[in-house]
Amino acid sequence: MSSRDLILARVRRALAGAPDVEITRAYRGPSQTPGDIRLFEERVGDYRAVVHLVDEAGVPERVALSLAGRGARRVVVPAGFPPRWLAVADVEAVADDPPLSAADLDAVDGVVTTCAVAIAETGTIVLDTGPGQGRRALTLVPDYHLCVVRAAQVVAGVPDAVARLAPARPQTWISGPSATSDIELNRVEGVHGPRTLEVLIVD
Amino acid sequence: MSVTFLGMPATRPFPRNAAGALRDSQLRFNLRKATRTIRAKRASVVAEAPDWAELREAGRAIKEHTLRNLDRYLVRLEEAVTAAGGHVHWAADAAEANRIVTELVKATGETEVVKVKSMATQEIGLNEALLEHGITAYETDLAELIVQLGDDRPSHILVPAIHRNRAEIREIFAEHMSGWGRPAPENLTDDPAALADAARLHLRERFLKTKVAISGANFAIAETGTLVVLESEGNGRMCLTLPRTLISVVGIEKVLPTWRDLEVFLQLLPRSSTGERMNPYTSMWTGAAEGQEFHLVLLDNGRTGVLADEVGRQALRCIRCSACLNVCPVYERVGGHAYGSVYPGPIGAILTPQLRGMGSELDRSLPYASSLCGACYEVCPVAIDIPSVLVHLRTRARHPWPERAGMAAAGWVFERSGRLARLQRAGGRLRRLTPRGLHRLIPRRLPGPLGGWTDTRDLPEVPEESFRAWWDRTDGGRR
Repeated sequence: MSSRDLILARVRRALAGAPDVEITRAYRGPSQTPGDIRLFEERVGDYRAVVHLVDEAGVPERVALSLAGRGARRVVVPAGFPPRWLAVADVEAVADDPPLSAADLDAVDGVVTTCAVAIAETGTIVLDTGPGQGRRALTLVPDYHLCVVRAAQVVAGVPDAVARLAPARPQTWISGPSATSDIELNRVEGVHGPRTLEVLIVD
Repeated sequence: MSVTFLGMPATRPFPRNAAGALRDSQLRFNLRKATRTIRAKRASVVAEAPDWAELREAGRAIKEHTLRNLDRYLVRLEEAVTAAGGHVHWAADAAEANRIVTELVKATGETEVVKVKSMATQEIGLNEALLEHGITAYETDLAELIVQLGDDRPSHILVPAIHRNRAEIREIFAEHMSGWGRPAPENLTDDPAALADAARLHLRERFLKTKVAISGANFAIAETGTLVVLESEGNGRMCLTLPRTLISVVGIEKVLPTWRDLEVFLQLLPRSSTGERMNPYTSMWTGAAEGQEFHLVLLDNGRTGVLADEVGRQALRCIRCSACLNVCPVYERVGGHAYGSVYPGPIGAILTPQLRGMGSELDRSLPYASSLCGACYEVCPVAIDIPSVLVHLRTRARHPWPERAGMAAAGWVFERSGRLARLQRAGGRLRRLTPRGLHRLIPRRLPGPLGGWTDTRDLPEVPEESFRAWWDRTDGGRR
């Protein structure tokens, strides 16, 4: 008997006669209403991420200011990131084509991306490797991540985000910069992921 | 059947371990500070969720429904992972899981692997098993790194180095990092930010060059084959995305039926574990994501035995948040090592004896490592009734006979008030017969099997007269 068959047989034996269970979902489900931009801004800020609220026309200027403020010269720009948003920035845009090695990514000054969805209640941005986001490593190895979130992408809570996302796509849910609570259970920002997360909300 | 291995040898019983831990004032200080911090954080983010009770109820029901249909969901998960280009392996016990992982690593030709913190691999002792085959496993979670560098044992599910304070961590880094790779920076301080930075530098090179990673998973979605890992530091993302080969060892109880179920658990888990609205990073991948080679090892290792116990099986609902450890008055005082298992605290006290059996003195003592105060049940995000399971397990690990005889005698006395009065009068008379006091005749430590009682208690002095007798004699003090 294979271990697969053995385990399944043990499970069936253990469950013989057990009644099934009704699942009641009385919690707040998907809300159908747009997420509160101000709440999202506040909650992202709670994680000590840098947040800016700008209008569509102000994005290129704000991106340029943020990258200059960071002193970023070479920045990874994933395919599908709107070129107009980088029109003013004085940086060298590094494409992931052919794919950059981990060492290449370690050598750049930062990365700019869009996102798939953002959650107001938890201050979370979700990347699903769609246009403007690139593969997962692009937002991991560089020490600085600038993410542009459109207001229409902000949903109210976790159930809204789960409903919007496609499980087949690899996902990274990001809530603030890399952090740890491992020393005396106090939160410290900045371990292995980007130590600085900057979020631009376009309204 | 062989005894299930749980990452640590079952040695001395809990009370003896606890007695040792209680004498360590530094340990008690560290634990008190850490558990108080996390309790306050959890309480505030849970209070913030207006539908917490409903989420908890849904979490309980989803997990219970999954366990009731576990065979079906495991087969579904296997199909979905395989369809997405992953490979699924089944391991009946720790030895088989270790063998599977060792073979998979050997097939890559690599001798070094990076690891994401995982309870399942702790449980099966994977690092030690790999080392026997010349494969070095590098822990990358900050707390696991502290434990590994300090040649220590984990003492908490979420924060394995909770028993260490910043000064101790600084010392471990300064002394031992050089033996495992890049040394700690000169003049390393005990500022938590500096310690986190030292860990970043120490592991950076390793992340960028290692070809094989080993992880566990918080959830595995049967419907879609998606695996989910929640973390904070980004070490998880490093391991899950950069290496060419990823091997995930996952307990069979980690499966969830549908993608939608994540809307419940991605709210319950972060708020219960680190006390945050959301943890910094959550990774989700389905099969061979971005061209990676992916292996899923499904682990039984005693879980099907737990499933067969109608009362005890609810322990398999556990999502390893560790909220029950943080509120437990026993855990806060003795720490995790006293439980002799990678699963300490209240959940460990019901999980360990069920997984490992009650063959050893330690495992028989664990259901008693509780005052049954119920704080663990109250905070559990999937409503595991830990006190009830403890009591249930106590019936399988009974008190020693002298204690049972004593309890039976006490029960007989308390049954009728006349019996109690007669016994109290006899005690008072006996006291008067011995001018130096009855307690002088009785040693501080009772001999033989009765010693178990006096080890942790002082014998009370017998009063000259009981309260009832005094009341009767003086009419409540009026005479």
